[in-house]
Amino acid sequence: MFLDLLITAVKVVVVMSALLTMVPILVWVERRGSAFIQDRLGPNRVGPLGLLQPVADAVKFIFKEDPIPFHAHPWLFPLAPLLSFLPAAITFAAIPFGDTLDFFGKTIVLQIADLNIGILYIVAFGSLGIYGVLIAGWSSNNKYSTLGALRSSAQMISYEIALGISLIGPILMYGTFSLRQIVLEQHHLWGIVTQPFAFLIFLVAAFAECNRLPFDLPEGEAELVAGYHTEYGSMKFAFFFMAEYLHLVTMSALISTLFFGGWQLIPGLTSVAEWCGIAIFPTSLGLSLLQVLSFCLKTAFFIWFFVWIRWTFPRFRYDQLMAFGWKILIPLGLLNVLVTSLALYFKWI
Amino acid sequence: MAHTIIFWILAIMSVVCALGVTLHKNPVVSAVFLIGSFFALAGLYVELHAPFLAAIQIIVYVGAIMVLFVFVMMLLNLGRDPDRFSKETKPRFPKYLALFLLVGLLISFIHLTSFSRALPEAFHGFSIENIATLLFSKYLFPFELLSLLLLIAMVGGVILAKKK
Repeated sequence: MFLDLLITAVKVVVVMSALLTMVPILVWVERRGSAFIQDRLGPNRVGPLGLLQPVADAVKFIFKEDPIPFHAHPWLFPLAPLLSFLPAAITFAAIPFGDTLDFFGKTIVLQIADLNIGILYIVAFGSLGIYGVLIAGWSSNNKYSTLGALRSSAQMISYEIALGISLIGPILMYGTFSLRQIVLEQHHLWGIVTQPFAFLIFLVAAFAECNRLPFDLPEGEAELVAGYHTEYGSMKFAFFFMAEYLHLVTMSALISTLFFGGWQLIPGLTSVAEWCGIAIFPTSLGLSLLQVLSFCLKTAFFIWFFVWIRWTFPRFRYDQLMAFGWKILIPLGLLNVLVTSLALYFKWI
Repeated sequence: MAHTIIFWILAIMSVVCALGVTLHKNPVVSAVFLIGSFFALAGLYVELHAPFLAAIQIIVYVGAIMVLFVFVMMLLNLGRDPDRFSKETKPRFPKYLALFLLVGLLISFIHLTSFSRALPEAFHGFSIENIATLLFSKYLFPFELLSLLLLIAMVGGVILAKKK
């Protein structure tokens, strides 16, 4: 009992610190990546290759003055960054990053919580990030913030529907809500092969859910200064920033879990495992490490994909965004559900 | 023991948040309290081994309905409502009588009801498969009627919005 509790605590601490460590690395990747795409140098002065730039940023965030504007709501204003950050941080708990591991006779499931409603948990907590945005916009008592928050809530509600509908196809295919089971089902064939449309819809909706370009209408700095976080400074702003990157990591991990086999070994690593002779020991430390490595590689690819798209496409216009969500993505998602159900009913797949 | 502690924490949280909803003068703050109350309720569902209900509670109430509420409140720009909390305009006695009657009735009903394990037995432990099977076999007709009700409400909303 005590040992189980300890193992869970260790898993939570390790995964959460890995997630939070990802944020400064991602900031560096984003800044250097954007510079690479735009043929600039980017921040390269602090430390080797500019790697210590995020540390300098963090120090600056911490030591900046942290005022609350006199016209803002006294306690909803500081609460909003937390409301934005917490859901983003705990959504990851249901995502499996490896199979089981036998460690000194103790079987450890490489996942913080194996919920049998895993997908619903992620949808539920993923949809809560909107409150941080809404309450930040309202409590700032500033017209740019309010406009940004209104746009953002309309956008996130619309694309959440598309996101939810795109998930129904894979759920029908795998017949389970548990993310661990879904990964196990993809042993022979990755989900992208059987559910390509669901993948595309999910990918587009994920961009909108993370408020990333080309869907970063809530910020839209040319029109709205900085949207919902116009009035925020220092660590409060940093929390919004961290929430955005945590969302990005979670969405990338979710895409690789649902459509790219999660921790199932990527083809190259399978031969490595066979060459080392650990492929036949499914719960050994070596194989578990390879599984975690494949999961991280897949997730890293999608994180890079998010950065790549951000610096490639311009922003949508607001009416284009809404029309795209409601008139293209949602009907396509419904069609995908229909086709998947028919295919399953007639046993085509 | 741990379950009792968790229950009391969630119960106190839900009651305090519910009081906040009714007593706070600012509608947006009331909405935030209501969200807290829904969360405590979802936690209680988890404690009752009904994680599906908890997830649906959060997705539907917190993730959709309350977002729309807050959205509308921000658009309408409701201010503080001092009249709602004005003092001493009406006699106190009927208010307190109604309050005590209501509380007394509730408490006596709770004491009189023998809470059988009716719900878990009907749902066979709330697993998603069982709920789905029941919805699409035994309760198919009411389920379809409910979807029709939602459709009617949606068409009504569209017509109201279109009518200028």
